[in-house]
Amino acid sequence: MSKPPIKHAPKPEVSTTGHSWDGIEELNNPLPRWWVWILYATIVWGIGYTIAYPAWPLISGATPGLLGFSTRAQVEQDIAAVAEANSALTTQLAAADLTKISDNPTLDGFAKNAGAAVFRANCSQCHGSGAAGAKGFPNLLDDDWLWGGSITDIAYTINHGVRNEQDPDARWSQMPAFGEILTAPEIDQVVQYVLSISDQENDATMAVAGATLFADNCAACHGDDGKGNRDLGAPNLTDAIWLYGGDKATLTETVTKARFGVMPAWGLRLSPDEVNAAAVYVHQLGGGE
Amino acid sequence: MWDWIKIVALGVIALLAAIAANFAHDLAYQVHALIVMAVAAGLFVWTVRTADNPKGPAPTGYNDGVIRAGVIATTFWGLAGFLVGTFIAFQLAFPSLNFEFLQGIGNFGRLRPLHTSAVIFAFGGNALICTSFYIVQRTSAARLWGGNLGWFVFWGYNLFIVIAATGYLLGATQSKEYAEPEWYADLWLTIVWLAYLAVFLGTIIKRKEPHIYVANWFFLAFIVTVAMLHVVNNISLPVSIFGSKSVQVFSGVQDAMVQWWYGHNAVGFFLTAGFLGMMYYFVPKQAERPIYSYKLSIIHFWALIFLYIWAGPHHLHYTALPDWAGTLGMVFSIVLWMPSWGGMINGLMTLSGAWDKIRTDPIMRMMVISLGFYGMSTFEGPMMSIRAVNSLSHYTDWTIGHVHSGALGWNGMITFAALYFLTPRLWNRDRLYSLTLVNWHFWLATIGIVLYASSMWVTGIMEGLMWREVDAQGFLVNSFADTVAAKFPMYVVRGLGGVMYLTGALIMAYNLWMTAFGKRQPVAALTPAE
Repeated sequence: MSKPPIKHAPKPEVSTTGHSWDGIEELNNPLPRWWVWILYATIVWGIGYTIAYPAWPLISGATPGLLGFSTRAQVEQDIAAVAEANSALTTQLAAADLTKISDNPTLDGFAKNAGAAVFRANCSQCHGSGAAGAKGFPNLLDDDWLWGGSITDIAYTINHGVRNEQDPDARWSQMPAFGEILTAPEIDQVVQYVLSISDQENDATMAVAGATLFADNCAACHGDDGKGNRDLGAPNLTDAIWLYGGDKATLTETVTKARFGVMPAWGLRLSPDEVNAAAVYVHQLGGGE
Repeated sequence: MWDWIKIVALGVIALLAAIAANFAHDLAYQVHALIVMAVAAGLFVWTVRTADNPKGPAPTGYNDGVIRAGVIATTFWGLAGFLVGTFIAFQLAFPSLNFEFLQGIGNFGRLRPLHTSAVIFAFGGNALICTSFYIVQRTSAARLWGGNLGWFVFWGYNLFIVIAATGYLLGATQSKEYAEPEWYADLWLTIVWLAYLAVFLGTIIKRKEPHIYVANWFFLAFIVTVAMLHVVNNISLPVSIFGSKSVQVFSGVQDAMVQWWYGHNAVGFFLTAGFLGMMYYFVPKQAERPIYSYKLSIIHFWALIFLYIWAGPHHLHYTALPDWAGTLGMVFSIVLWMPSWGGMINGLMTLSGAWDKIRTDPIMRMMVISLGFYGMSTFEGPMMSIRAVNSLSHYTDWTIGHVHSGALGWNGMITFAALYFLTPRLWNRDRLYSLTLVNWHFWLATIGIVLYASSMWVTGIMEGLMWREVDAQGFLVNSFADTVAAKFPMYVVRGLGGVMYLTGALIMAYNLWMTAFGKRQPVAALTPAE
C-alpha cells in the first residue's frame, strides 16, 4: 500500500534515515546548536532557581530556598508597609469626631481618599461605582436619606447595616405585606392616594377613599403627610425619588408584598478607621447634612 | 451469534435508559436518558433488521469511511463552536444579548462551556481522531485494526459530545474547567477512549513498516495521557444513580491542583502533542519534503512529554497552593520552551527547499502561519508562567488572548490545512473546488486572529494594571466595574475578530462541500502572490 518516496532535490551533505512512511522521509540533520544551548541554559537556570526559591518537596514541607522567598510573606510585607506609612492618620481617623473632621484638612483629605477606595472595593457592587444606586439600592448622591444624612447617621448605617441578622444594632424596620391585610381594591385605592400625594396622574375618587386607608395603615410610619420618618427608615412618598419605582404597577407590588432591603454590617468586616473613611466619603458626595 | 449478543445488549440498555428517564431527579439527566434510550432503541431495530443479511467479504484496503465521517463532523462542530464563541464574545460586549427568555439556557454562563468544549473536544477531538486514523493507516501501511471498532469510536465520541453539550445548556456540570461533563458522560468517554487506544495501538502493532513514524508517537502519547488525565480528574461520587449531580473526591487545594494538572495537560497532550502528530504528517506531505531532523524529533518528543506533565501548578500562582509547587510548575514551564519549539523548527525547516510553495499554495501558507502561532504561544506560555508576569496576567483577558492565539492560530489553522488536504483525497477528487476560497479563508482567519489576540493583549494588560493600581497612600484607584467598562471597545474588536474567523470557516465548509459533493469543475491554477 505504501507509495514510492516523494522525489525531492538531492542534498548530498545530509542523508536520510533510510526509512520512508507513505513517502515521508527524515533527514539526519543534527540538533540546531542555538536550540541545544538555550535548552541547556534553561535547565541550568532552572536548577539555580530551585535552589534560590522554595521548590523541592521533602517528607514534611519543602526546601525553603536560599532567598527566603514566600508569596504570603511578600503580601504581608506590602500590606504592613502601607499600614505603617498611614498609621498616624488611621489611628487619628479611627478615634475622630466625624462632625469636626472638616476642621482638620489633612485628616479629611486622607479620609475621603481612603473612603473612596473602601467604597470602590465594598460598596460599589450595590450602590454603583459612581454611588448613583440602582433599583433597591439607594442613590447616595442626593439629599434624600432613608435613615438620616448627617455624617454620624451615615457612619452608624455603615457600621451596623440595615435589616441584617448579624448585628443586633442594625437599622431595623419592616413594612407589612398589605396583600395579607387589605383587599386588592383597597390596595388599588391606597396606590391611587400615593400617586396623588406624589403629584402623579391618579383617579381622584379612588384616591379619596385611599386617603382614609392610608391614615389607618400607612401613616404610622410614613407620616400623616406621607413625608416619611427617618427613625423608621420609612421613605418620603411625596417626592419623585423612589427606591423601587413610583409607577402604579411597582407601587402595587410594593404595597402588596412589601420590601425588605438588607445592607451588611460593615463594622463587622472593616476596621473603625475604614468605616469612618467611608462615612466621610459618602457624606461629601453631595447630599450630606 | 455476535448480532444476537448486540441485540440483547442494546435492548437491555434501551430498557435501563427508559427506567432511568422515569426515575430521573433532574431535567438534564432525564434528557440524557431519553437520548441514550433513543440511540439504543434505534440501533436495536437496525441490528434486528440487518441481522440475517448475508455478510460480504471482509473489506480490505484502508478504512476511509470513518475518516470521511470525521472530516464532516470536524467541520460541523467547528462551525458550531466558532458561532457560539462569537456570540458569547458579543454577550460580553453587550450584556443585553443575555436575553431574558434565554435565562437558564442561553446566558453567558451556560454558553461559555458549550463554546470551549465544542471547539476543543468536538472540533479538535474529531479532527484528532480522524487524522490519527488516516495517518496511522498510511504510515503503518495497514488497515485500521478492530473492524467496526473505529466506527464505535467515532459515534461514541460524538454521542459524548451531544450529552456534554445538552448537559451544559440544562445545567449539568461538575464545575471543573474543560472537565464539566457529569459522571455518566465521563464513564462513557472512558469506554470510548479505551476503544480509541485499542484501535490505534492495534493498527500500530500490525503495521507493515519496520519503524513507527514520529506522528504516531505523538498520537500515542496524546491518547494514553488524556486517558490518565480524564480518569484522575473526574473521580467523583454520584449523589444518586438517577441524577446528574456528583461530588468530587478531592477537595480544596488538592482539587485545584488535580484540576490544573488536568487542565494544563489537556493543552499539552490534546492541543499540543496530538496536533504535532497532525503536523508531522501533513506538513511533509504538503511540502513534499523530508522531515528536517530525525534527531530533533526524538529529543523534543521525549523532552516535551516528560516536562509538560509537571507544568500545571503555574495556573495556581498566588493561591492556596504552596509556593514550592508553584516554583516547580514555573521552572518546568520554562525548560519546556525549547522542547515545544523543537516541533516548530522541525515543521518550518522541513520547508527548506520548498519555500516558494508559500507563494503558490495557500494550504502551505496555513501550515506556516499555524507553526508561527504555535511558536508564539509556546513562548508566551512559559513567559506567563513566571510568577512576576503571572501576578499581572492572571485572571485577565491576556490569558484568553493567549489561549486563542494558540487555539485559533495553531490548532485551528493546522486543522483547516489538514481538512483541505484530506477532502480531495478521501472523496477521490483531483483537487479542491477552489484555491481562491482557501486564500480568502486564510486571510479572514489570520486577520481575525490578529484582531482577537491584539485586543486581548491590550485589554488584559490594561485591566491587570488597573486592578493593581494604587495611589501614593496605597489606596485602590479603580473599582472592578471601572475596569469592565474600560474594556468595552476591545470587546467589540474581539467580537469582530470572531466574526472574521467564523466567516472564513463558513467559506471552508462551502469549499469542502463542493469538493466532496459538488459537480467536478476544473479550476485554474492560482497565480502566485507577488
